[in-house]
Amino acid sequence: MKIGFELNGKAASLEIEPRETLAEVLRARCRLTGVKLSCEAQVCGSCTVLVDGLPVSACTYLAYEIRDKRVTTIEGLADPPGRLHPLQQAFLDHFAFQCGFCTPGMILAAKSLLDENVHVSDEEIIAYMSGNLCRCTGYLGILKAIRQASAEMKATWKENRRRLE
Amino acid sequence: MSDANKRDAKAFAVVNHSVPRADGVAKVTGSATYASDITLERMAWAKLLRSPFAHAKILAIDVSEAKRQPGVIEVLTGNDLGSLRPYYGHAVKDHPLLAIGKVRFVGEPVAAVIGADQLSAQEALDKIKVEYEELVPVLDVESALAPGGVLVHGMDYIGGAFRGFDDFPGGTKNICQAVHVEWGDVDAAFASAAHIAEGEYYFPMVYAYAMEPYVAVADYDSKGQLTVYSSAQHPFMVRHDLAEIFDLPLNSVRVIVPYVGGGYGSKSYTKIEPLTAACSWKVSRPVKLQLSVEEAFLTTRSDDARVYIRTAVDDSGKLIAKQATIHLDTGAYAENSPMVCRKAANRIVGPYRFPHVRVDCLAIYTNTVPASSYRGLGAAQITFPVESQMDELAHKIGCDPQEFRLRNLAHSGESIHPGLRPIDADVPGDIRLAAETLRSNGPLALKHGRSVCCSCSDAGAHPVTLAMVHVYADGSVSVMSGSTEIGQGSHTVLAQIAAEEMGVPLGKVRLVGSDTGVTLFERSTGASRTTTLMGRAVMEACREAITQCKSMAAELLGVPAGEFTEERGGIRHGKDWLSWPEIIERYFQMEGCGIIGRAYLRRAGALKAVPVFWEIGVVGVEIALDEETGKISLDTLVTVGDVGLAIHPAMTESQDLGAATMGLGIGLFEELIYEGQQLMNGTLLEYRVPRFSDLARRVELKLVENHDGVGPYGAKGGGEGCVNPIGACLANALYQAAGVRIRRLPLTPERVWKALQEQKSQAPASQRKPPAAPKTDVTKTTA
Repeated sequence: MKIGFELNGKAASLEIEPRETLAEVLRARCRLTGVKLSCEAQVCGSCTVLVDGLPVSACTYLAYEIRDKRVTTIEGLADPPGRLHPLQQAFLDHFAFQCGFCTPGMILAAKSLLDENVHVSDEEIIAYMSGNLCRCTGYLGILKAIRQASAEMKATWKENRRRLE
Repeated sequence: MSDANKRDAKAFAVVNHSVPRADGVAKVTGSATYASDITLERMAWAKLLRSPFAHAKILAIDVSEAKRQPGVIEVLTGNDLGSLRPYYGHAVKDHPLLAIGKVRFVGEPVAAVIGADQLSAQEALDKIKVEYEELVPVLDVESALAPGGVLVHGMDYIGGAFRGFDDFPGGTKNICQAVHVEWGDVDAAFASAAHIAEGEYYFPMVYAYAMEPYVAVADYDSKGQLTVYSSAQHPFMVRHDLAEIFDLPLNSVRVIVPYVGGGYGSKSYTKIEPLTAACSWKVSRPVKLQLSVEEAFLTTRSDDARVYIRTAVDDSGKLIAKQATIHLDTGAYAENSPMVCRKAANRIVGPYRFPHVRVDCLAIYTNTVPASSYRGLGAAQITFPVESQMDELAHKIGCDPQEFRLRNLAHSGESIHPGLRPIDADVPGDIRLAAETLRSNGPLALKHGRSVCCSCSDAGAHPVTLAMVHVYADGSVSVMSGSTEIGQGSHTVLAQIAAEEMGVPLGKVRLVGSDTGVTLFERSTGASRTTTLMGRAVMEACREAITQCKSMAAELLGVPAGEFTEERGGIRHGKDWLSWPEIIERYFQMEGCGIIGRAYLRRAGALKAVPVFWEIGVVGVEIALDEETGKISLDTLVTVGDVGLAIHPAMTESQDLGAATMGLGIGLFEELIYEGQQLMNGTLLEYRVPRFSDLARRVELKLVENHDGVGPYGAKGGGEGCVNPIGACLANALYQAAGVRIRRLPLTPERVWKALQEQKSQAPASQRKPPAAPKTDVTKTTA
């Protein structure tokens, strides 16, 4: 079947098999290998991508469901390309990863959290992010990174509002 | 070396600073390449048929129908391996790359279907017909050791690349390896002891869950060159096994390891590379074998450990003797368990002075998933009993557990194992630091408990590490390193060391590797050795390059080398300053030129004494107990990394927290459960690892930097120590909180709740109280 969708800000159209998962399509057909596959059972969060801004587990999400939707992967997060998203920079600043295998999914999950509510408490971060596993860091660096990104995005948000007013 | 070790930390330009990670931008933008991201031209896919039986003879395999399926290229079975040497293993060559004539655990690969795509290969698995004759399985160590019982192997094997493992009684017994450690007169010491504590403890089978499952891409080309991309921690050990299996010279086997998605020991040594290479050999095209996490559960686990241990003190509270028997369930194949066996036996002494010691450790074959390295390498298994018993003994003699430890800990420079390197760490200081940090929480709340425990590991493995640096005329430097970047940050740390030594900006240094076709030999990436050994090798290689530059400068300037002075980055001669790159360019009169500095480390000189260093693990916890449910939650976690010098402090701390968090998982909820032949919880749905919500309320990560290691600038390894003490910390803190002693991990709510109920039913209400508050407490109860 042929599907049309928006991939990292650009219109895309692909011939896919109805049985293919979003992760398979993104990794094999689109060569977006920042989508990482681990548990393949919606437990670990490493394959998290955003569909219309909301996090989904690409390992079990059928690709045809992205028809006419917006898909964001880690490769599309830096905007403009080359300028890191505040979350990416914060993950670097706080050494919020080691092996990096969980990082794309972790950053995208955190993005959907902050896009929804930039005024987020530690408790909210911890509750929201508990669907993303990291085996290396023990999570503290990730918590600090999300805090930092939240503060920066809040400042940008205020600045934008001030300009609008 | 020695002057450098004394250098004031302030003197460092790059080292000892938390610089940006070399792999950082790649990892946050999704451009970092892992072996699972590799695809080659004409690449086929392999899928595995696995054994449904724990122990069975393979009578016949019929692959004819599977071969006829669309998209199927070939099917490989144990019958096709005749022209290879299919048994591998760096310690014991007992592991066929595909089952040959017999299966030894549920999940053992029996056949590989090679298809043009994953789905064709997967779907053809059902079409393979295997006729088995079931044999009685050996499912636990008791039946494995029973005289006249069933043998898992019943074959004699030869040793692998490792030296020092000589006896493989697999032909007549289920003992994979036996280690005996003894000094002093243990029986006499126990006979004269004032007090003795004894008990049996159990450390569970666990799964490391590296988030990237095992993967290999092999290309056995028509010219007899075998190239393998793999998630392996130790590419050079894999190369050795592949060369032997396919009877190839070392220069015809190239193992390339891109970024690795976690290992924690589980990706050490050879795993699926021989099977993947055999598939490629069979079909003469590249083949990829990507396991799922469920298959990874069936590939490697940790050895579990049943430990009987007794410890004796004299009437002054001084430790005098320890005796232990350790039984490790090693599963179907040896893998690295002979080393786990040896390390568990060595490490059970801990960082304490013991005049009399006797330890017997057996690694025992059973028909279960093969066990191998797990972070801590045997130390996690034995630190739980050792440090639990230290508290039990302290309570028995009415001494505060911390005071009891301090009284018996070896100080820096003291020997704990006759003939081995003296302790190169300040363990008493580390313990005090952890205890003080915990104490700052204030008075202990009701149903809270605190504990500080430690471990001491002979770390670094066998020191054979070779490194090479290219110093280019344009001021850039390439570090050629066979160490694997597995997340620990080696690419960053090694670049820091090169930048420090060569006096170039960090951004001018690039890491190359690991790739056995390009980089020099490094035995392994494990045993916390990379900073210490590869770091030292890179430092020495840089210094060798500098020595060459100095003689070039002497020739260029026409003066003896003694007439100019070396400053960081070059030389000063009168008013003139010449940087190393300028010297290289002027010497060769050629732009784009470069020189090589190299270093070969082996067991000699400063690295003659074993171990390379003692890795200390010191952890403090405060727990909160919910008596109603038995649930333990972590209130405070303190780690102390006694690392000599942290080349990169932030990453060092993060390693400690990561290790402690893995320990927390084992301490509270991780355990592989077998029912009969079958692993019951081999999926992430049923095997729970620590999540965000398990993060302690308060986390304190401490570093101790006494410049006392043999690594660069006095550095020594870390990153594994903190996994070891957590189990005992939790058990001891639980005892303080509720007065129950549990000698088996994990401390699941169910297990804790049952212990609390048992305690209630045994003691009348009037006697139900926590243990008496010790006098000088680490864990200071409300006075």
